[in-house]
Amino acid sequence: MQKAILGKKLGMSQIFTEDGLLVPVTVVEAGPCVVTQVKTEEKDGYHALQVGFDDIRTKLVNKPLKGHFDKGNVPYKRYIREFKLDNAQDYSVGSEIKADIFKAGDKVDVSGISKGKGFAGTIKRWNQHRGPMSHGSRYHRRPGSMGPGSSPGRVFKTKRLPGRMGYDRVTVANLEVVKVDAERNLLLIKGAVPGSRGTLLTIKETVKN
Amino acid sequence: MNIIKTLEQEQLRKDMPEFSIGDTVRVFVKVVEGTRERLQAFEGTVIKRNGGSISETFTVRRVSYGVGVERTFPIHSPRIDRVEVVRKGKVRRAKLYYLRNRVGKAAKIKEKQANR
Repeated sequence: MQKAILGKKLGMSQIFTEDGLLVPVTVVEAGPCVVTQVKTEEKDGYHALQVGFDDIRTKLVNKPLKGHFDKGNVPYKRYIREFKLDNAQDYSVGSEIKADIFKAGDKVDVSGISKGKGFAGTIKRWNQHRGPMSHGSRYHRRPGSMGPGSSPGRVFKTKRLPGRMGYDRVTVANLEVVKVDAERNLLLIKGAVPGSRGTLLTIKETVKN
Repeated sequence: MNIIKTLEQEQLRKDMPEFSIGDTVRVFVKVVEGTRERLQAFEGTVIKRNGGSISETFTVRRVSYGVGVERTFPIHSPRIDRVEVVRKGKVRRAKLYYLRNRVGKAAKIKEKQANR
């Protein structure tokens, strides 16, 4: 992996391509990210880049983090994440990663926390079917059979049942970058990405190559 | 949200004439044939305008050779060369779907008188 950046989902819109096609895009405020630490094989056991994103007030930073930021003399950031980049050594603490590392036409994987759906039944959560609404069935949205009877005498693990749905880390692979606006730090990515507006996104070069 | 609005504002076309539902318009569409590009005119009645901002569309209906033809265009599409307003119509609906059930003289729309 060569390129990765943190971003914030701003919402969706549409944009005309040069051929006159109207394509749906998600507008992402990507970066500027600042490198807060470079992890090395000798010191940390692996190569990686620790980056911060989204400026915050001094008041919101606790003392341990403040010490960490001050050590590299970098501005205070809300989110800190790590990227295992192949070229991690090329960066130094304090250097910036901006949206212009991507260009229009690039393929990216976007990860984020999906919208929470609360306690959901099997129809919504696992796309099961419902029972008949009429003819006295009295069995409408229930989860159905739990499986065989006295043999095996238990319910199998992974049996699809109601429960908490959403608020998972979801990755959408192989999305196209339609447009890059380096001045305003914007990435316009074709299609939908996980989460609500304002959610933190990780945008990486795609693994589908 | 404001960034999205400004992004959309930048893409809007300012050269579009004002036209509304019921008007008869002539739309010049860019058509690519092989390698060369030419203009194709489509004239008819605007029966609806849908959506807003960058995703706004309008639908033009005409009857050609006894068959009703409706084409929907994104207003801000770069594939539209220009739109000419042929005549203004006087209608009392925002969506003129009733025209689909009418033929001949019944499908005519009264012309709007200026300064009334």
